[in-house]
Amino acid sequence: MALSTQLHVVTGKGGTGKTTVAAALAMALAAESRRVLLCEVEGRQGIAQLFDVPPLPYAERKVAVGLGGGEVFALAVDAEAALLEYLAMYYRLGRAGKALDRFGVIDFATTIAPGVRDVLLTGKVYEAARRRDGDRFAYDAVVLDAPPTGRITRFLNVNAEVAGLAKVGPVRKQADSIMSMMRAPTTRVHIVTLLEEMPVQETLDAIVALRASGLPVGHVIVNLERAHVLSASTQKALANGELAAESVAAALRSVSLDAEASAGLLDEGRSRHERQVLQDSQRALLRETGVRLATLPALRDGVDLGALYELAQLLRDEGLA
Amino acid sequence: MTGPAHTSPGGRHGHARGGGGPGGGRLDVDALLADRDVQIIVCCGSGGVGKTTTSAALGLRAAEQGRRVCVLTIDPARRLAQSLGLTELDNVPRRVEGAGADGGSLDAMMLDMKRTFDEVVEAHASPEKAAQILSNPFYVALSSSFAGTQEYMAMEKLGQLHGEATWDLIVVDTPPSRSALDFLDAPERLSSLLDGRFVRLMLAPAKGPAKLFSAGLGVVTGALNRLLGAQVLTDVQTFVAAFDTLFGGFRQRAENTFALLQASQTAFLVVATPEPAAMREAAYFVERLAGEGMPLAGLVVNRMHTGAADGIGADEAGAAAHKLAGGNESERQVAELLTVHVERQRIASREARVTKRFTAAHPSVPTVHVAALAGDVHDLDGLRSIGSLLGADDSGA
Repeated sequence: MALSTQLHVVTGKGGTGKTTVAAALAMALAAESRRVLLCEVEGRQGIAQLFDVPPLPYAERKVAVGLGGGEVFALAVDAEAALLEYLAMYYRLGRAGKALDRFGVIDFATTIAPGVRDVLLTGKVYEAARRRDGDRFAYDAVVLDAPPTGRITRFLNVNAEVAGLAKVGPVRKQADSIMSMMRAPTTRVHIVTLLEEMPVQETLDAIVALRASGLPVGHVIVNLERAHVLSASTQKALANGELAAESVAAALRSVSLDAEASAGLLDEGRSRHERQVLQDSQRALLRETGVRLATLPALRDGVDLGALYELAQLLRDEGLA
Repeated sequence: MTGPAHTSPGGRHGHARGGGGPGGGRLDVDALLADRDVQIIVCCGSGGVGKTTTSAALGLRAAEQGRRVCVLTIDPARRLAQSLGLTELDNVPRRVEGAGADGGSLDAMMLDMKRTFDEVVEAHASPEKAAQILSNPFYVALSSSFAGTQEYMAMEKLGQLHGEATWDLIVVDTPPSRSALDFLDAPERLSSLLDGRFVRLMLAPAKGPAKLFSAGLGVVTGALNRLLGAQVLTDVQTFVAAFDTLFGGFRQRAENTFALLQASQTAFLVVATPEPAAMREAAYFVERLAGEGMPLAGLVVNRMHTGAADGIGADEAGAAAHKLAGGNESERQVAELLTVHVERQRIASREARVTKRFTAAHPSVPTVHVAALAGDVHDLDGLRSIGSLLGADDSGA
């Protein structure tokens, strides 16, 4: 048996929809009789907002039924609570724990001493991922809605930094174990992106950085892809200026629409064409990395619970779960 | 995760400026840039909303209206460099060629936090002490790899740049996510670090008589040693002892910068996109800034889809597209254009709903809408287009 359960880390540039994708992935993984834990670590309560439930406490709560009937639990990891829990659980520092708090050590550790925060957050995920329930893991998978691409390698690697600082002792031991889990074959780091230049550039940079740190890259998930509404012949006509405003106006008149709108429609068509060309070129760049790609479309009415099931099914079809 | 409540000295009112008049309306970006009393503009907002692009576009527009501008980004990704065509961003402002008119100029820099930290240590400690600090393992970790140091150093750098008096406008781009406002907490945290019992405790063995080793201290250091190993505590103690003399200066400068941010020469812009999550974050920033007594100039909503062919509604366009789809080639092409239009109208009305909800909740915040461009921005011309959408060249919100 592996040392920990499957861990799916979901990162992406801000605004790419990584929380939505993480939630959909958790639902896709929660097939019949499976239990999946979805964690967030940035204090944004993004999961609660997505599932339309009250703010999550520092406790694992069931938030949804998975695709196929499993259970999705959610947890908002809080650094301070994690530290106190950690002290109580591993070192039975009942009295010392209180003394640490009185001396401002808890406050120092979680807010002032930068980095400790990330150690605690990853430490809690580690605890959940290797927790056992009899002869099986408590969760069949853990999905982590992780910090954005700009920070992800540093975040996942923070325990390697700690290992460099603390040369002995239980913190060192735990840091080493967490790094082993992060680099294990049971872990996958997925990167969510849009088909736009900057998110794609950050994705490419993150792939390089993750690989250099020995962290396993899973899928690149292209989110919010716009469907190719324009056919090849229309795109060509728009690009070459072959579609004249007069013929657009004539067609509009034939269906009793305002012919004045023809120039505006052509503008919209041209900018859509430009967007499609851009999408295609960005997708080609992502293909060059050799990382598996999965694609999720932009949903017409935004994201609600029903839409999450739709996205979960698509992720399953794409082979992520 | 929040520190002790901060009480701002001498609560101030947000300064109403620009063309919006009292209470909301349109944010007049050009009036803001033309206001010589405004020396610092801070752009904040969640990740991916175009803060860096907005900062660079504001900086460029101000430079072309005759101001001497420096754009400071503390974002770890080299996005500003991409959009400004800079190849070298090395912790000193670099001139952006081809930007500026009427005596105005544009410089840009990206914060290198480790370098900034090292420079502060070197400038304020004796050479021996500086060497001691720079080689301390705890310092090395603190200054180079840990999140959070960035915000402290951003405060330092902003203070330094402002002190140099080389520029009459500094535009600051902040890191993504909520931690962006952590730099507001930097002085508070430094103070609590300096005055905190923990630091005094750390200093005790180096300074005080042995009797300070109370029973409580013994338990604490014992616990820490058990957790971390004795050598880490020794590293931290050595660091704190060596750094002790620097703390005061650090705190003083951070407090000065904090006061500068609250003063009337500063204007905060909250940046968002018309998505529910980004607007929620924007609301959080607006409320937080108000709570800290920080002068909010307004909200920038990037990437709004406005219908170019507003004369046709989504429903009638959909019906017409259906009819034309069976026609000749040009009719089929027009049917596709109408389908594009339907999608665009739907997006536009969803975005309008989202932004209206924000305005209903925060009616006094002046707002400017920036239309979505078809392509990405990665050169000065692109930044100029964004600048004119931000400024008075466009009808906007």
